[in-house]
Amino acid sequence: MPSTLFHRAAALLTTLMLSGVAAADWTQRSAENMRPGVTALSQDVYSLHMTVLWICTAIGLLVFGLITWSIFAHRKSKNPVPATFHENIVLEVVWTIIPFFILIGMAIPATRVLIHMEDTTEAELTVRVTGSQWKWHYEYLAYEDDNNVGVGFFSNLATDPAVWERPILSGGLFPVGSARSRVGAEREALSAENPNTFNYMLEVDNKLMLPAGQKVRFLITADDVLHSFWIPDFSVKKDAIPGFVNESWAKIPDDAVGIYRGQCAELCGRLHAFMPIVVEVVPQDEFTAWLEEQKAASAEGPDMTPFADLDEAMAMGEPIFQRACAMCHGAEGQGGIGLPLAGTDLMNNSDRVQENIDILVNGRGAMPSFRAQLSPKEIAAVINFQRHAFGNDGGDLIQPDDVQQ
Amino acid sequence: MSDHHEHHAPTGLKRWLFSTNHKDIGSLYLWFSFIMFLVGGLMALVIRTELLYPGMQVVDPDFFNQMTTVHGLVMVFGAVMPAFVGLANWMIPLMIGAPDMALPRMNNWSFWILPAAFALLLSSVVLSIFADGNPPAPNFGWTFYAPLSSTYGPASTDFFILSVHMMGISSIMGAINVIVTVMNMRAPGMTMMKLPLFVWTWLITAFLLIVVMPVLAGAVTMVLTDRHFGTSFFDAAGGGDPVLFQHIFWFFGHPEVYIMILPAFGVVSAIIPTFARKPLFGYASMVYATGSIALLSFLVWAHHMFAVGMPLAGMLFFMYMTMLISVPTGVKVFNWVATMWRGSLTFEVPMKWAISFVVLFTIGGLSGLMLAFTPADIQYHDSYFVVAHFHYVLVPGAIFSMFAAVYYWLPKWTGVMYDRFWGEMHFWNSLLSVNLLFFPMHFVGLAGMPRRYADYALQFADYNFWISIGAFWFGISQLFLLWVLIKACFLKKGEKATMEVWDNPEGLEWTVPSPAPHHTFDTPPIIK
Repeated sequence: MPSTLFHRAAALLTTLMLSGVAAADWTQRSAENMRPGVTALSQDVYSLHMTVLWICTAIGLLVFGLITWSIFAHRKSKNPVPATFHENIVLEVVWTIIPFFILIGMAIPATRVLIHMEDTTEAELTVRVTGSQWKWHYEYLAYEDDNNVGVGFFSNLATDPAVWERPILSGGLFPVGSARSRVGAEREALSAENPNTFNYMLEVDNKLMLPAGQKVRFLITADDVLHSFWIPDFSVKKDAIPGFVNESWAKIPDDAVGIYRGQCAELCGRLHAFMPIVVEVVPQDEFTAWLEEQKAASAEGPDMTPFADLDEAMAMGEPIFQRACAMCHGAEGQGGIGLPLAGTDLMNNSDRVQENIDILVNGRGAMPSFRAQLSPKEIAAVINFQRHAFGNDGGDLIQPDDVQQ
Repeated sequence: MSDHHEHHAPTGLKRWLFSTNHKDIGSLYLWFSFIMFLVGGLMALVIRTELLYPGMQVVDPDFFNQMTTVHGLVMVFGAVMPAFVGLANWMIPLMIGAPDMALPRMNNWSFWILPAAFALLLSSVVLSIFADGNPPAPNFGWTFYAPLSSTYGPASTDFFILSVHMMGISSIMGAINVIVTVMNMRAPGMTMMKLPLFVWTWLITAFLLIVVMPVLAGAVTMVLTDRHFGTSFFDAAGGGDPVLFQHIFWFFGHPEVYIMILPAFGVVSAIIPTFARKPLFGYASMVYATGSIALLSFLVWAHHMFAVGMPLAGMLFFMYMTMLISVPTGVKVFNWVATMWRGSLTFEVPMKWAISFVVLFTIGGLSGLMLAFTPADIQYHDSYFVVAHFHYVLVPGAIFSMFAAVYYWLPKWTGVMYDRFWGEMHFWNSLLSVNLLFFPMHFVGLAGMPRRYADYALQFADYNFWISIGAFWFGISQLFLLWVLIKACFLKKGEKATMEVWDNPEGLEWTVPSPAPHHTFDTPPIIK
């Protein structure tokens, strides 16, 4: 006669076993268990995890069962005269040897999966992944026979700071109650149409594009502090270490095109939680077309057309500022980790324009260089914006040509 | 003879400042660690308040990092370690029939360094909150990985480095004292294999401390010279290696986690036999298991580093060694269960803590075994699964064993029984809340939430809410203990404790009056 408890346990078990298979987004994935992921490797890791989990659960239940039995059967009221035994060589040898053999049984599949995981040979695409505070830089180095692809871009968090910088004292970002039903700055309905809230903290401006069906090798490094490149669905996690290059790989099956999300997994400073990873896996032909397009664009060289007027430059500069600068210098230029920009001499003294450009291009102290990350036109746009926003009045319009690379 | 001593004991502040008495110094350690436990707990509540809902709610992400960092440092070096040193001070001389610790002046010094060390560390938090411009406190995690702590560390990193040096000196002196005392001052007839298991576990812990605390001192010194004296130990640009830092840190760090749990094994091995009315099962195997765990603890450090990019052979070695540790740990758990088996059990408050220790520590041990499997660890690493694991072994592990010890020996220390009602309240509230607090962390960790995150994606929202509720509940529950302690220690209210306190317990500490007089065993007892 199955009890209610039995039914509940069975239901939980089913959820645990099936959770996360081919989940399109997080609402369809287990909130309790590891996801199986989409690669053969990640599914091997998942099976290993489930095997070990069940063995540990069995051992736990055995031990807890004995303790519970003892608590009820051997309490003083039921067993007033205690036994006096205090050793049993046979028993002690048995419970040392048996765990040892269980461990050997578990070590064999673990070793097999680990050897597979560490084999980064024969990759068809090589992507260099560089972590920096607090964004990822992806560079396509080699694809099939082309060893000089030369395509690269930065990937920043796209969730608007206005969405997360809302202290609870001023109304709070999220309402009390289940976040699954109602969420968002404007208490928007939680649906995939609101990427800012639906994929809160997991949306980026430029996704890492990967082909399906081909082995991809990641070369992972960092510019400043440690980061860690983690994509759970591929079972890829490798630390990004400044000055060293680590390797990892993924082969996403043909039927697994789609979007996969990961996050930085090694504490890297203030905005550690704010540098997600988004991967878009596309069919091979689509990937090849995309890569050709990117190559053509980078061969053309940067867009150097001058701005027509200050308004055009400011309109282009504002979103770039909010994306790349506001995290340190504040959305209103009020400062933060970085120095304030509003009302400062550097921003308002027209003799210091060249210095301003130089800091953006080459960096200074903790301020990183943006030479690789922004085009001359984008740098010019940001400079125009910051010198004329927040009450600043920093002189004439700067053109892309003024930004000497 | 003993009267002569009593008359010379100073009173008031001087008694505590200049004390060389193991019981006074033990009490100082215990109170200090309890205060640090509350301070570190408050920081945990700041963390949990921020994580109650998604979105940055109350603090800046950098202050969040400062809280996780200082919470970890305070709990490890300020709460758990000094608590066990305090317990060692009080109990080791009483358990081996010695009149005091072997090196009483050094004992005084090793305690009084600690308040200075923590004043220095905590002053950086005070400055971060109140000083102009909020100069950050240490914000790189308690593991202070370079280069975040070296090249990128805030100015307060130097406060942190000096205070860790002081804590290290204190720990090494405490450890030397334990070893010298146990080796030289056992009562006649107290052979090594007659030592109470608490003394054994502490002896082994003391050796671990002496080996690894200098390694930690080396690590912080290298960070210091990288910061100020132009070295590049951890800076690739100067020929160094950030991964070297992790190897050095975890060569200290892994034995350190056994430093925090071996004395707990000793405590539980004292309490369970008393309330099972049956001798400890497998005493000799307990001693050998403790020794094996201590030796293996030096061979597993890199299992904290499976994601840094090690050679395959290295990963396999550290995986196998880590799995091996579960064998002696399992032996201990089986021995405790066998001690209870067919005993005549009663469930006084210390026994409740001890049994819940065995169960919950086992959960932490099993998740530790899961973490040993390198390929699976690639998914667990730096997620909340790890946070769940080490909190299970540290909170319902080490800290519950401390609670068990406090309730077990409090009548001996103060001469009065603890308040049973508030003791039960403390136990049941802590037991329920600690699981609400830490169990769902396994879930969010497996589902993919990285640790040390000031803000998180929506799929983690619901569990984080309940985790925070568990945290507040657990925090409030500790105030019950504060009341139990005030009542027994200062108000001296409660049922008068007998010399034996419990039903025929084993051990020399139960042969002296309750409360234990200022000086005990001036004439050593003879052990047959």
